[in-house]
Amino acid sequence: MTHYQLDARRLLCPMPVIRTQDRIAQLQPGDVLQVTCSDPGAAQDIPAWSRINGHTIISIEHTDDELVISVEVGATS
Amino acid sequence: MTTVPSSIPDKPRKAVALISGGLDSLLAAKVMLDQGVHVEGINFFTGFCVEGHTHAIRQKDRAKPKRNNALWVAGQLGIKLHIVDVIDEYKDVLLNPSHGYGANMNPCLDCKGFMVRKALEWIQQNDFDFIITGEVMGQRPMSQRKDTMPVVARESGAGELLLRPLCAQHLPETLPEREGWVDREKMLDFSGRTRKPQMALAAEYGFTDYATPAGGCCFLTDANYSRKLVDMWQARGNREYELDDLMLLKVGRHVRPNERYKLIIAREEGEVKFMQGYAYRYPTFKVTSHSGPIALLDGTPNEDDFEFAARLVARFSKGRTADIVTVEQSMPGREKLIEHKIQPLPASEIPEDWYI
Repeated sequence: MTHYQLDARRLLCPMPVIRTQDRIAQLQPGDVLQVTCSDPGAAQDIPAWSRINGHTIISIEHTDDELVISVEVGATS
Repeated sequence: MTTVPSSIPDKPRKAVALISGGLDSLLAAKVMLDQGVHVEGINFFTGFCVEGHTHAIRQKDRAKPKRNNALWVAGQLGIKLHIVDVIDEYKDVLLNPSHGYGANMNPCLDCKGFMVRKALEWIQQNDFDFIITGEVMGQRPMSQRKDTMPVVARESGAGELLLRPLCAQHLPETLPEREGWVDREKMLDFSGRTRKPQMALAAEYGFTDYATPAGGCCFLTDANYSRKLVDMWQARGNREYELDDLMLLKVGRHVRPNERYKLIIAREEGEVKFMQGYAYRYPTFKVTSHSGPIALLDGTPNEDDFEFAARLVARFSKGRTADIVTVEQSMPGREKLIEHKIQPLPASEIPEDWYI
């Protein structure tokens, strides 16, 4: 299992989802991608995308203006 | 009526469904799922999609539950959704539509053909069998007419691989129907602008809370947005654009005092936050002596323009009637701020036609 980072700040949905999707396509099952976003909508959209595509949200951490979403890559990617 | 082969294929056929997030594509995909077809969704992001952007920016919209409707549809159907960034490729569709524009800057017929062509490329790369859309004959004035629906199938290259389950009974038989991958008898015969058959089918399936966006899902069908887009092109002398340009057309008041520049003036706190992120790229004005907005300046102003712009921005602050208002100006790449102590521009000196 390897941890990766993705900077999706200043992007508005659906761009954070698209960047997450494209990055995860390059990763292996069990890898964890930590996505940093500034669009609060990502807190709904990235989990929704992950759920339907077989990935698992490990955590969502909010700070003042940002959020960090950790996604574990599922076996179906 | 075509005879449908009764043989059951060895494995489920695979279709990709164009998912906009609206009701029609939801229903079209559901009809196919009910026939045992393996369906995955595809959603193209052109940069002009109403989905997301504006709702994410404005503070007043944050109180409402926000969701991406295409993702919501995929969740309802239990299918995968592939969201594809086509911003760059879409430029040619917008700038050179062979079938022209609709009422505004919407190249709907070329757009549909483009998306079906991209879906065709996708099924070829991913070993899928055919494409489905939620199109309904007569639903849209440009891209969903009896005479234009074959144009989409032909010009996209999809031809007989393009199946429109909601109105297939009105259309010639497609390959999935002829080969018995799907049962043509179970296809639907919706037509016209009425939404009642779709709403009835949604109720039958138990779908509620589906999106019903007024004016569709594309900013290019919006007269105000189209006007700002055309103004931007005219002012720049070319029709180039980037995603950031498209997003800034969705926020703020756009005021053009002369041909050299325009101001984008934030209307509320959400827009202020969003526009602050562009200070690295545009001269930015902020009223500091009174409560007020920030504004971005887009264009090639001369020195006099900056002070005039500060007066104009001050007009939209709480200090609009004050004798003197302080406005701070930052410039991209420079740390030093410029301070303007100016008199706000009177409302009487702001002609209506400055508002884009």
